[in-house]
Amino acid sequence: MKSLFALAVTLTSLFVFARFTVLQPGYQVGEKAMDFSLKNVDGNMVSLSTNQSAKGFILVFTCNTCPVAQAYEQRVMDLDKQFASKGYPVIAINANDAALSPGDNFQAMKKRSSDREYSFPYLTDETQQIAKTYGATHTPTVFVVQRDGADFIVRYIGAIDNNAQDRSQASEKYVANAVNALLENKSIAIPTAKAIGCGIKWKKA
Amino acid sequence: MVGYQKWLFVLILFCLGHIAYPQQIRVIKYLELREILDKPGDSTLVVNFWATWCLPCVTELPHFEKISAQYAKKKVKVLLVSLDAASLLKKKVEPFVVRKGIKSAKVVLLNEPDYNSWIDKVSPEWSGALPFTLIIDSKTRKSYERPFTEAELAAELKTFIQ
Repeated sequence: MKSLFALAVTLTSLFVFARFTVLQPGYQVGEKAMDFSLKNVDGNMVSLSTNQSAKGFILVFTCNTCPVAQAYEQRVMDLDKQFASKGYPVIAINANDAALSPGDNFQAMKKRSSDREYSFPYLTDETQQIAKTYGATHTPTVFVVQRDGADFIVRYIGAIDNNAQDRSQASEKYVANAVNALLENKSIAIPTAKAIGCGIKWKKA
Repeated sequence: MVGYQKWLFVLILFCLGHIAYPQQIRVIKYLELREILDKPGDSTLVVNFWATWCLPCVTELPHFEKISAQYAKKKVKVLLVSLDAASLLKKKVEPFVVRKGIKSAKVVLLNEPDYNSWIDKVSPEWSGALPFTLIIDSKTRKSYERPFTEAELAAELKTFIQ
């Protein structure tokens, strides 16, 4: 009887463990975001804690090659122009495996960032650990994080707005609205929003 | 004589249309998609969400065409839901489907740019990443947020049709 119970416990824990490892749910709104140290296109390492004056960040998981990310590139550049001076700068992160997607290798990232004159860091998540920890699955996906003492709390997860094809037709500017709400100390009306994007090119196991 | 020429002209146009576009791609809204997903009847529905701009989608598309032809007698229906912009239907999506030789699988274009309003309704497990596939029968609805190899797709389908 005792061994049967032990077996049941083992099986249950195995099941629970398997579920968690398979699902990899990533962050929910309200959770503490892990800081990182990732290489920027200028060769320097960048962390959330590097910029002491920021009230938070607009973290954009993006890439060079995805047409949806390209469609949103100018909008990401504009978000940085709009919000960096208000305390919420953009940090762009590329997590695509360069072996599977050569257009996303470090050289190509450097070129894109200088050609387009990015005003924000463009980091390579070479091990893909940050994308996995945060739960980014496709590009572009935004995490707005807010400083809370030494920590950063996730306040918004998802799409930039609700019309990828035509920004003038977007009736919900999710990220801008979320950051504006944080700046005004209001609650965020739409804290998560889904959108179609290119699946992150995960390394072959 | 004039009448005869007119009919010949129409006939030629008709034939040309069929050579260029063997399959009529309809533009649908979410409600129509829901109707299809909710009523598999006695069939097994394989629904793949894709776009011409999505490289892994384009790579796996022939697998879906293949199983559609191969398992038609086992009541397997394959629906390829394009998420390309509706404005690119004639210019991009139709020529692409012709070039890829997609005849057996049915192609539709879902014109719903406000993604957040319907992605969760299709599947709460779907983050929005492409490609995304559903396999549905009257009892089960399984979702796959990943690309398939031909062997993987066939193996998954076999768990439905035995």
